[in-house]
Amino acid sequence: MGMTEAILLTIATAATPLLIAALGELVVERSGVLNLGVEGMMIMGAVGGFAAASLTGNPWIGILIAILFGAITSLAFAFLTLSLAANQVATGLALTILGLGLSGLIGEPFVGQAGIKLSNISIPVLTDLPLVGPLLFGQDPIFYMSIALVIGVAWFLFRTRFGLTLRSIGDNHISAHALGIPVLRYRYFAVMFGGACAGLAGGHLSLVYTPQWVENMSAGRGWIALALVVFASWRPARVLAGAYLFGAVSIGQLHAQALGVGVPSQLLTALPYIATIVVLVLISQNVRTTLINTPAMLGRAFVPER
Amino acid sequence: MTYLSPIIGLALALIAGAIMFSFLGKPPLGALYAYFIEPVSEMWSVHELLIKAAPLILMGAGLCVCYQSNNWNIGAEGQMIMGGMAGSILPVLFPQIAGPFVLPAMLIMGVIGGMAYAGIPALLKTKFKTNEILTSLMLVYIAQLILDWTVRGPWRNPHGLNFPETRQFDAFARLPEMIPADGRANFGFVIAVVVALLIWVLMAKTMKGFQVKVIGASPRAAKFAGFDAKNMVFFAFLLAGATAGLAGIVEVAGASGQLRTTISPGYGFTAIIVAFLGRLNPIGAIVAGLVLALTFLGGEAAQISLGVSDKVARVFQGLILFFVLACDTLILYRIRFVASKIIPKGAA
Repeated sequence: MGMTEAILLTIATAATPLLIAALGELVVERSGVLNLGVEGMMIMGAVGGFAAASLTGNPWIGILIAILFGAITSLAFAFLTLSLAANQVATGLALTILGLGLSGLIGEPFVGQAGIKLSNISIPVLTDLPLVGPLLFGQDPIFYMSIALVIGVAWFLFRTRFGLTLRSIGDNHISAHALGIPVLRYRYFAVMFGGACAGLAGGHLSLVYTPQWVENMSAGRGWIALALVVFASWRPARVLAGAYLFGAVSIGQLHAQALGVGVPSQLLTALPYIATIVVLVLISQNVRTTLINTPAMLGRAFVPER
Repeated sequence: MTYLSPIIGLALALIAGAIMFSFLGKPPLGALYAYFIEPVSEMWSVHELLIKAAPLILMGAGLCVCYQSNNWNIGAEGQMIMGGMAGSILPVLFPQIAGPFVLPAMLIMGVIGGMAYAGIPALLKTKFKTNEILTSLMLVYIAQLILDWTVRGPWRNPHGLNFPETRQFDAFARLPEMIPADGRANFGFVIAVVVALLIWVLMAKTMKGFQVKVIGASPRAAKFAGFDAKNMVFFAFLLAGATAGLAGIVEVAGASGQLRTTISPGYGFTAIIVAFLGRLNPIGAIVAGLVLALTFLGGEAAQISLGVSDKVARVFQGLILFFVLACDTLILYRIRFVASKIIPKGAA
C-alpha cells in the first residue's frame, strides 16, 4: 500500500466517528432539540463497546453495546428535557459531565488492556485493486455504515413523510401540536437516534480507531461533531464534507508531529480546536444560510397547552 | 419550592449515589458517611474543603450572571488557566521584584488574563454571531495546551531537575494562610465569599443586575426597554472571565505555589454545576460551592478509606446537576398526571 492510500485511509478513520455523531445530532437538532451531551454519550459508547468486546471477545457485540449505551444515555436527556421540560443546554452539559465520570468508573478495570479491533473488510480481487481497492473495498465496516447513514439520513429527512413531519416540529412545535402530531414522541425517537449514533461513534473510537480504553478518549470529538452540524447548516451532505475536512486536519497534524516540524507539538494538537473556531466564525458570518436552515425551535422546550 | 427543589435534587443524587456504592460492593450508608461526613470531621480537612471551595464559589458566582443573561459560557476552565498564567508572570519571569505590592499585582493580572480570554468568545459572538458554547469550550482545550507548552518550555524551572513546573513562588507572592496552626486554607476563600457577595449586590440591587435578568428572561422586552444586548454579552463574559481568572491565580498563588502543567481538576466545569445548584444566585453559589468542594474532597477520602475509584467524584457531580435540573421542573411547572385520551382512527 502506498503512502497516499495510507494517509487517505487514516483520514477516513479519523472522520468516521465525527461523521456518525454529527449525523445523529443533526437529526436531533432538526427536531428542534439541542443535545449538548454528544461528548458524554460518545464516551459512554466507547467504554460500553470496549468492555463488551473484551468480555465476550466479539467486537460486533461491542459495537451493539456501544449503540445501546449511547441510546440509553440519551434517554436520560430525553426524559429531563422532553418530559420534564428542563433547560436543554444545562441538561446536555450535565449529560457530558455524568458520561465522562461514569465512563471513567466503568472503564477502570479495562485501562491498559489490549483491545479487540474490528477488522477491515476484505473482498478477494476487489480489495487488491491499486489505490481504489483499499479505499473502496478494504475499510472497516463502520466506515460503510457511516456512508450509508449519510444517504439514509438525507433520504429520511427530505424524501419521507416522517422526515417532513420531524422538520416541521423543529420549525414550529406549536403548529405541529395543533395539527395533532405527537411532538414529544417524535423528539424522543430523534434524541435516541442521536444517542445511538453518538454511541456508535464512541464504539468506533475504542474498537477501530484506537482499540483500547483510555479515560476521556473522546477528547472533545463530541463537541467538534456539534460544531460540524452548525458548519453544515443542518444538511447531511455538508456534514460529510465537514467531517472529512476535520479528519484531514487531525491526521495532518499527526503527520506533522511525526515529521518533527519545528513547531511545538501542543500547537499542532490544538489545530483541530482552532480550526473549529475559525470554521464557526466563517460559517456564522453568512447570516442568511445559517438563519434559513436553523431549526426555529432549536433549544426551546415544548409544553403542551390544553 | 425555589429553595426546596435543589435540596430535593441533592437528596435524590445521594440516593442514586448510595445505589452506585452498593453496585460497587460497598455498604451504601457507610460509604456515604465516609464520603460526605468523615472528610469534614477534622479541622485540617475542613481547611482543605475551603481551599477547594474558593475557585468553585468564585467561578460559580460569575457564571450565575452569564447564565441569567443567556450567555452560555462553558469555558470557565480555560479562563481560569489563563488567569493563573497571567497572574504568574511576575513571580516566574521577574522573581527579583519583591515587596508587598507583588501579590495584589498578581491578583489583578490574573483577573485581566481571565477577562481577556473570556473576551474572545464574547467578541466572536457579538461580531460574527458565532455560537459561544462551542467557541468557549474549544478555548478550554487550547488553554490547556498553551499552559502545557509554557510550563514545559520557556517557563520551566531552570533549577528544577527537569520537572515540568515553574520555580516556586517566594513567600511574598503567595496567598497567606488564614490560621496556619490549624491547616493550610488561605485567604482565597475569603476573597471568594466577598466577590460572591459583591456579585449578589450587583444582581439584586443595581440597574445592571436588573438588565441582566430582563435580557435573560425576555430579550424582546429588553430591546423595547433599550437595553443593549451586545453590551450585555461583553459584560457577562468579562465578569465571569474576571472571576475565573481570579480563581486561577488564587489556586496558583495559594494551594500550589507554582505553575504546573495542570492547575485545576476541572473546577471550571464543576462551577457550572455550582451555578445551577445555587439556583443562579451568587449567595446560593457559596453554599453550592461548599457542597461540590465536598464531592472533590470526599472522592479523595473515599479513595483511601473505601478503595473506590476517584472517578466517583465526577459521577456524583454529574448526578447532582442532573437531579437539580430535573427538580427545576417542580418550580416552573405543576405536574399533573393525565390519562391520555385515545382518539379512534378516522374520528377526526
